[in-house]
Amino acid sequence: MKAEPTRREVLAVGSALAASTLAACGEEAIPGTLGGADWQRGHLLRDGHFPEPEGAVEDVDVVIAGGGVAGLATGWRLAEAGFDRFALFELEDRTGGNARSGRNAVSAYPLGAHYLPVPNREAGALRHMLRQFGMITGERDGVPVYDPYQLCADLEERLLWRGHWQEGLFPRQGITAQDRAQHEAFERRMAEYRAATGSDGKPAFAIPMAFSSEDPRFRSLDRETFAAWLDREGFTSGVLRAWLRYGCRDDYGSEPEHVSAWAGIHYFAGRRGWATDDDGDRELTWPEGNDRLAARMAGRISGHLRPAHTVFRVAPAGDGAHIDVFNHRARRSRRLRAKVAVLAMPHFVATRIAPETAEAGGFSYAPWVTANVTVARHPEGKGTSLAWDNVSTASESLGYVVATHQSEATDGGKTVLTWYMPLSREDPKEARKIMMTRPLRDWQAVVRSDLLAMNPDLEGAIERIDVWRWGHAMVRPSPGFLSDPARRAANDAAPPILFAHSDLSGLSLFEEAHHRGVIAAEKALAHLRHAFESLA
Amino acid sequence: MAEDIAAASPEGEKAPASLAVILLVSVLVVATCGLIYELLAGTLASYLLGDSVTQFSTVIGTYLFAMGVGSWLSRHVRGDEMGVFVRVEIMIAALGGWSAAGLFMLFPLVGDFRVVLYALVLAIGVLVGLEIPLLIRILRHRFAFRELVSNVLTYDYVGALIASLLFPLVLVPWLGMIRTGFVFGLANVAVALALLFALRRQRSVAADMAAALVVTASLIAGLAMADRMQRWSEVAFYAEPVVHARSTPYQRIVITRRGEDLRLYLNGNLQFSTRDEYRYHEALVWPVLGRVANPAKVLILGGGDGLAAREVLRDPRVRHVTLVDLDPEMTHLFRDTPQLAALNGGSLSSPRMTVHNADAFRWVREAQGPYDAILVDFPDPTEFSLGKLYTESFYREVARLLAPDGLMTVQSTSPLIAPRSYWTVASTLEAAGFNARGYHAYVPSFGEWGFTLAAHRPIGDAVRLPKGLRFLTPASERAMFDFPPDMARRPAPVNRLDNQALVRSFAEEWGKYEG
Repeated sequence: MKAEPTRREVLAVGSALAASTLAACGEEAIPGTLGGADWQRGHLLRDGHFPEPEGAVEDVDVVIAGGGVAGLATGWRLAEAGFDRFALFELEDRTGGNARSGRNAVSAYPLGAHYLPVPNREAGALRHMLRQFGMITGERDGVPVYDPYQLCADLEERLLWRGHWQEGLFPRQGITAQDRAQHEAFERRMAEYRAATGSDGKPAFAIPMAFSSEDPRFRSLDRETFAAWLDREGFTSGVLRAWLRYGCRDDYGSEPEHVSAWAGIHYFAGRRGWATDDDGDRELTWPEGNDRLAARMAGRISGHLRPAHTVFRVAPAGDGAHIDVFNHRARRSRRLRAKVAVLAMPHFVATRIAPETAEAGGFSYAPWVTANVTVARHPEGKGTSLAWDNVSTASESLGYVVATHQSEATDGGKTVLTWYMPLSREDPKEARKIMMTRPLRDWQAVVRSDLLAMNPDLEGAIERIDVWRWGHAMVRPSPGFLSDPARRAANDAAPPILFAHSDLSGLSLFEEAHHRGVIAAEKALAHLRHAFESLA
Repeated sequence: MAEDIAAASPEGEKAPASLAVILLVSVLVVATCGLIYELLAGTLASYLLGDSVTQFSTVIGTYLFAMGVGSWLSRHVRGDEMGVFVRVEIMIAALGGWSAAGLFMLFPLVGDFRVVLYALVLAIGVLVGLEIPLLIRILRHRFAFRELVSNVLTYDYVGALIASLLFPLVLVPWLGMIRTGFVFGLANVAVALALLFALRRQRSVAADMAAALVVTASLIAGLAMADRMQRWSEVAFYAEPVVHARSTPYQRIVITRRGEDLRLYLNGNLQFSTRDEYRYHEALVWPVLGRVANPAKVLILGGGDGLAAREVLRDPRVRHVTLVDLDPEMTHLFRDTPQLAALNGGSLSSPRMTVHNADAFRWVREAQGPYDAILVDFPDPTEFSLGKLYTESFYREVARLLAPDGLMTVQSTSPLIAPRSYWTVASTLEAAGFNARGYHAYVPSFGEWGFTLAAHRPIGDAVRLPKGLRFLTPASERAMFDFPPDMARRPAPVNRLDNQALVRSFAEEWGKYEG
């Protein structure tokens, strides 16, 4: 997940929110907060009411606009090359984008993106960074060895299926022979795709996806929806389809009817994690989620970060670019002149601030709601014991992860559960409207009843529910996104104005955002004739 | 319906129509209660005596036979069927209501529990057997015979269905056996009270009413005290009298004593029995201390009972012992209770001892060594949080704390019952960079039990044992390292944080063993 969420939407609901808060007074309520992106700043950006720049124009070689994972990766890559004439502007007070986290007395917890699968062999730059951060501790026979404390500890996943928790996410008992056969056939198909290479010698499905084959045999899968492909291939079992739907919603926040077959298959066939032992199919995770990675990147470039600054206009000027930036603390704007500007923001925002350069294209975004639920005791349940990721087949939510799973305490006491739900059934616009107008208490009621349906044992143990809304949480890999000319143009952009965001991959994954940041940084370095050895 | 009944019994004895309703409802109630008592006895017997097939068969057989006896006896009831029926109800309420609580509490006190069990089953069965014949006779004037048999047997069988569904799905999980008994005793006595109330104008009911009220009061009192009785009944679970029981945030600590035999259970798992714990603790400690030239600093991970520390402190070369146990209540209990401190020789309050109450997994990551000897004595890897304490990552941290020529040992489960799990510990220690050597000892209350020595250097045979050990001699020590084929080393995976191979194999192997 990576995208600056909820700007104008939050505004629309400001008054409704205030009203509902008032209405809630006087009745006993679960403590908690309703969070999201800074709506006042979002409002300014949407309406363009910024004061004109004043004072001297500042010269900086590279300006990075956006401090999410892609922007931080751009800065990290520049710093790695020993290049330090750059500045990174972030609208929010904190960098990290979708990887941001919260913290209370019990634990740190993610607000959005919360894990990184062990990267594929082709993700060289990311591996370089993980090694630098000590997450890869060395190699054995040339294969990376991961720090066991940062790999998700067993038990990783459990599924509530017909009243019992079981290990894994696909139901094991009580399914028909047809369900089983279709599941096995699907897994076989995915294994074939995982191993397949195209006529250009590249893997059919790679992560970063830019390394995937251009072979039309695979690219043609971008023309139909995943659901249509599944129907055509005879994957019709309800149990199988429910599991596949979970996957699409998990990674894309979208229904199989709304994502392309290419993206749907990519989810299941793209991962070839490269690690010693059997760690290739594992994930790296931390109590605060991917903020561990974002904070480490930010730490590497802390002197270059300028939070609470909105970049509101980027235009080519001479052989460079003018970047107009509003400082929310000083309440004034100024202009920078850069040799390269990297727009590390969701594409729909980029088209707003650089209309001459960015094409709108067909980008659409999935809204998500997450909630951090502080509970007085660990969840239990019939069957398999508590896992890191806990999912119910009977729920519209994606279940919850346990923030303290990686830490050591064994007392079964307080913990924080991070609950996830993409609003995927509705049209994204409608969903955002619902999301923004629903008051905290209603969201808390949704979260509470969903959680108690999964874990009746938590009755009376819920201490607080903090809700977070991501209006544009993830780009949706709709059919046709691979051939979207706007996406291609942004990909192929040359200095002075570059784009860096997982939107350009159509897949809202940490690996994609990181890759886009690294590529943009290397394009900038080449343009500035700064010597470097490519990591990509 | 009441009118139908009144109409159907023009020649019946003069009684309000509501009485017939009460009587038919009571068929339903007594049928439900009767089956509940039978299920309670069967469940309880299999719970306490094991072998559920045998227990259920014999309890049900005895019960049905006793009902037959009751039915036969009903012929000797002449006149005042109603009065006898009410008294039978009161007696069933008392016996059935208290049956579960009584059996649980009597279990540790009586010599032959089966005698008590079957006597009670017989008594309840006879009384229940009296009910239906009496009811049929009471109702015979109110219905045509065709209807009567149909009505009574219908309610009887419906009651049986209700009981058999309620019992496993609702009663046992939600109420527990003791409360279930009391609740259905109250239902029985309610039938008696309702009848007495309906009959109060026609006959003297004072004595029966008093008896019914006394039984009601005792059942309500029992219900209120069910929790306390549940605790007493722990005696039954542990098969020896419980002398101490406490729930801490981490575990349930139970100490039992029968005669000289004192036992510690954590979460129901036996940790030691004073009859043979010396075997376990000598085997844990001396192969290590006997192979280290100067074990000045010793680390014990787990072992909050202080028994391993007792062995360690017998060695005058030991200057200082550090003991890390998760549960402060555990170490306080074994330090401050004179009876328990006597077992460990006051090891936990020794000036040479420092106790840290901390999660060992976290503690070892922050601790500084070196230690000359390390004893790792954790509970078996029955769950993921315990399995973490047997992982390669954990052993790597411990390796950092162990002196270059130091030695450590690890409690490693049973090589006989769970050989793959046992050898997983050795594989894991080796993966963490240790030289590992397995050994095992026979501890009667555990069975054949295994340990693993680990060191940075090769581990030799030479060992120096102190005088006065009860189990180990140089020869028996040597023999511990010999593994017959049924326990011999076999390929085993490395237990890692992200696969918890040990928790999985342990559950599988013990599951097979326990069936």
